[in-house]
Amino acid sequence: MTAYIIRRLLQMIPTMLGVVLLLFVLFNWVGGDPAYILAGKMSNEAQIANIRHQLGVDQPAYVQIGIFLKQIVTADFGSSWSTNEPVSDILKTRLGPSLTVMAPLMVLGTLLAIALSLVVARLRRSLTDRTVMVACTVGMSVSILVYIIVFQYVFAYRLGWFPVQGWGDSLWTNLTTFAVLPILIGLCVGLAPDLRLYRSFVLDEIDQDYVRTARAKGLSEMRILWIHVLRNASIPIVTCVMSSLPALLVGSFLIERFFSIPGIGREVLLAVERSDFPVIKAIAVYVAFATMFANLAADLIYKAVDPRVELK
Amino acid sequence: MTEAILSSVTTVAEKRGNGFWSLAWQRFRDDRVGLVSLVIVAAFLVVVLLSATGLVAGNWNQEVAIHDAPPDLWGLLKPAAPAVVENAMHQEQVTPTAESIEEWKNIEAMLSATVVDPLADTLQALGADHETVAVVKEKRASLPFGGDRWGRDVLSKTIKGSQTSIIVGLSAALLATLLGTVLGALAGYYGGRIDDALNWFYNVFSAIPYLLLILAVAAVLQQRGVTTVILILGLTGWSGVFRLIRAEYIKHRGREYVQAAHAFGVPNRRILFFHILPNVFHVVLVNISILAVGFIKAEVILSYLGFGVKVDEVSWGSMLNDAQGELILGRWWELVAAGGAMALLVTAFSLLTDAMRDAMDPKIQKAS
Repeated sequence: MTAYIIRRLLQMIPTMLGVVLLLFVLFNWVGGDPAYILAGKMSNEAQIANIRHQLGVDQPAYVQIGIFLKQIVTADFGSSWSTNEPVSDILKTRLGPSLTVMAPLMVLGTLLAIALSLVVARLRRSLTDRTVMVACTVGMSVSILVYIIVFQYVFAYRLGWFPVQGWGDSLWTNLTTFAVLPILIGLCVGLAPDLRLYRSFVLDEIDQDYVRTARAKGLSEMRILWIHVLRNASIPIVTCVMSSLPALLVGSFLIERFFSIPGIGREVLLAVERSDFPVIKAIAVYVAFATMFANLAADLIYKAVDPRVELK
Repeated sequence: MTEAILSSVTTVAEKRGNGFWSLAWQRFRDDRVGLVSLVIVAAFLVVVLLSATGLVAGNWNQEVAIHDAPPDLWGLLKPAAPAVVENAMHQEQVTPTAESIEEWKNIEAMLSATVVDPLADTLQALGADHETVAVVKEKRASLPFGGDRWGRDVLSKTIKGSQTSIIVGLSAALLATLLGTVLGALAGYYGGRIDDALNWFYNVFSAIPYLLLILAVAAVLQQRGVTTVILILGLTGWSGVFRLIRAEYIKHRGREYVQAAHAFGVPNRRILFFHILPNVFHVVLVNISILAVGFIKAEVILSYLGFGVKVDEVSWGSMLNDAQGELILGRWWELVAAGGAMALLVTAFSLLTDAMRDAMDPKIQKAS
């Protein structure tokens, strides 16, 4: 086990370097000379040379990659190009709001999808099952934008049940006031794809021999479904949930944008609009690393819940 | 008994082309949902074709009606009011003061998305003053699908938007599938170093969450427009296809027909793309379809955020952006038109994908 973890961690290094290289190529080569973006329209040669020197872009490429690596290791990406706020501060302060929305959303969404998928799978081929599946397909086809626009308009603007947008300082106010509608929307958008997927996981289990055995020895349907089937179906479900964990960090770009939630997702959109490369670079690097660790964790949990799995 | 068997044998033998594709088509024909979806998708493609050649919706950018003209669905919703002659005060103007009104109109348009304009009455009074001098132009009071804030026909906009969104989705899907297939074929067939290198490339790409990667590329490119969106989506979206095709090629490279081709001295290039590819082409086809659906959704989000099509182009995403501001003023029709058109196409496309997969891969049991 330990050897496996160490090997996986070592294998991560070339991928991490690749991510760094990809972002470097994107932002330092494809993106053009950042000095021109920074200096703005009113600039002269001396200013540009000065900025180039400050950023280190007048150095050869290998030195610049070195600078980038050092930034990643020390978590010091300098300051935002548009607000001059240190990037590390931006990351720290924006993480909280994103988690406030995403963590409850993910927990509730997963539980709801699991419960519903068990119910629907139990009613397989019935009218209810088919209706739910058709509703899922149609629900997935409606743009997330439409959900947000309509929900915000109806429940916040027209009915006034929730604030249209905003964010407070206290976690409790945020959770109970500002995050409620965003979480509801997230649930509605995420439920259909999750339900479809989890249902197929449950269906893979529901015809297995052990289910028949359990039924033969007279266990109640409830017990079979919620204990026996769920335990086995949870193996792929856990993997799915684990690999979606990095989304916690990014939050939902659109939901944060619409509801003015000062989270990471909104920050990314702002940074893209303002060509604020250090912010995007920093977020992309850390989220990529988090994704890799989440994938490793998913594999380890997979092994933990299913002893049949062999790690290689 | 024997006769029955014999006759069934002959009927099977008489049928021409019992190959993979004709069998798949036979299975597909029996799938009613799949057929209906195919018809809907085909109808959208016809509309796109007509719109791309300029036969319909060529005038989507013109003010054909009064601003915020209500929908009448050809008289079904409510009887169409007779065409009125309205002063075109927010058109190109003859008086210098009218220009400032135009400016005010723009500001009002921007503000109206969030707040109620306190100057609305004043503006109206100002507008009334200019009624006598403004250029008079005939405009319709209502349109089948309604009009937007500038009096443009929502139906034309939806058609033009379908063109943009579908062309972007399909082209990007083709590009991504091409990339993924070629790279996946090389990695799966040759294995070894090439496989390691391409796998590394795949790992790097799939480590960055998809939407974040798209946004990063959009930030770097600093350009808007259909081609840019196609490139962004196509160049970032190939990793899923790569993994599937690579697995298929690994499976196929040990098969007898590939070994036989080797023994005949067929060059690798030919084996890769003429011998193996037709056998895995159903995977490619299903993937184009899956990607197209995903890219249509992604394009809508990109264009909504303003990172997609240019301002003088229209897509479902930019329509939703317009519609958001209009909805608060009670003008729901553009939202319904754009959201509905997209939902219809995406539903049909998804069901078509499922039907295609079922038809081409009979081993997989239907998931119901």
